[in-house]
Amino acid sequence: MKVHLRNPSRTVEVAGPALVSVVLDRLGVNRESVLVVRNGTIVPGDQRLEDDDEVEVRPVISGGAA
Amino acid sequence: MKCTVCREPAIIDLRRHNANFCVPHFTKFCRDQVQRAIDEHEMLRPGERALVAVSGGKDSLAVWDLLLDLGVEADGLYVGLGIGSYSDVSHEYAEAYAASRGARLRVVDLVERYGYDIPTGARAARRAPCSACGMSKRHVFDRVALEEGYDVLVTGHNLDDEAAVLFGNVLRWQTEYLGRQRPVLEARDGFPRKVKPLVRLSERETAAYCIVSGIEYQVEECPMAVGNKHLGYKEALNAIEVQSPGTKADFYAGFLRRAASRFEAEAEAERETLGSCAVCGSPTPGEVCAFCRLVERAGGTPGPVPVELGRRSTP
Repeated sequence: MKVHLRNPSRTVEVAGPALVSVVLDRLGVNRESVLVVRNGTIVPGDQRLEDDDEVEVRPVISGGAA
Repeated sequence: MKCTVCREPAIIDLRRHNANFCVPHFTKFCRDQVQRAIDEHEMLRPGERALVAVSGGKDSLAVWDLLLDLGVEADGLYVGLGIGSYSDVSHEYAEAYAASRGARLRVVDLVERYGYDIPTGARAARRAPCSACGMSKRHVFDRVALEEGYDVLVTGHNLDDEAAVLFGNVLRWQTEYLGRQRPVLEARDGFPRKVKPLVRLSERETAAYCIVSGIEYQVEECPMAVGNKHLGYKEALNAIEVQSPGTKADFYAGFLRRAASRFEAEAEAERETLGSCAVCGSPTPGEVCAFCRLVERAGGTPGPVPVELGRRSTP
């Protein structure tokens, strides 16, 4: 599957099928720091992603605490 | 995964609440959390006019949306920071949201009004960019709220923001800061009343709220925030949170319940040292406030500047 990541913006391939939580673990991404979005919809951690899926791992941490 | 409330398919799991929600029940959850924060901390009274500090990011657009849905009369204020295309895109998101709701967005552009931008100001004042930016925005938000007669200034600080600030203040035992880290800061000479209705929502939740509500926002991180220490604090807290869900909320709520009042004396002592800036009249411990000093060093024009009404957007 194609996985789009940000900061910096890049796309990586991850083998599917795999659960969302497994994909995040493989990418070394903390699930508290992101949402996984497919076709504009949030995909929960226990959902299976197929090999031909395209998803965005959207970071939710922002620095505006000043 | 099924919604804890209705057993329909869930779109998000909130481990700290041991709950999963579908879209309608997640939206209700967010509204309930904001209403609860408002009620618990007496943030807003019926009929009050609110000014929402709007950046174009998820938190400020979420809080504006939630307040409008709760029936609060709330205008937005966007401050143009002059951080290249990042600022341009952020402004577009703020305008688009205002137009979608038929809400009023006021705009103050730092370059147009004061003659400097954040990159220039930070270099000139030898401040970290986030420090120069935060100080500039606070100055403009406070002035506009006071000059335009708003009852309250609303910011989009969420649970993660507050937990990260608390973490940083505790690490350095900055007791005067701990004494004023509250979800509500009452108005006093030169400062408007300030409230943070998102303190019960994490930023994962505010981002999810925007996505399920169809609110488009600036997803990219500010290019000047690289290395920001608060981002590091948030990552550290999230590393704990993933192992022990609820830690961030317990840390912040426990501070408010059991520790914040212990630091009030330090905060009060600091407040008593404040006078008025000789240039703009804003509260300051010195003769000239940090904002006016920064503007002057950056080659701009400090001092009071009238704020034009933003246009009322139509949906």
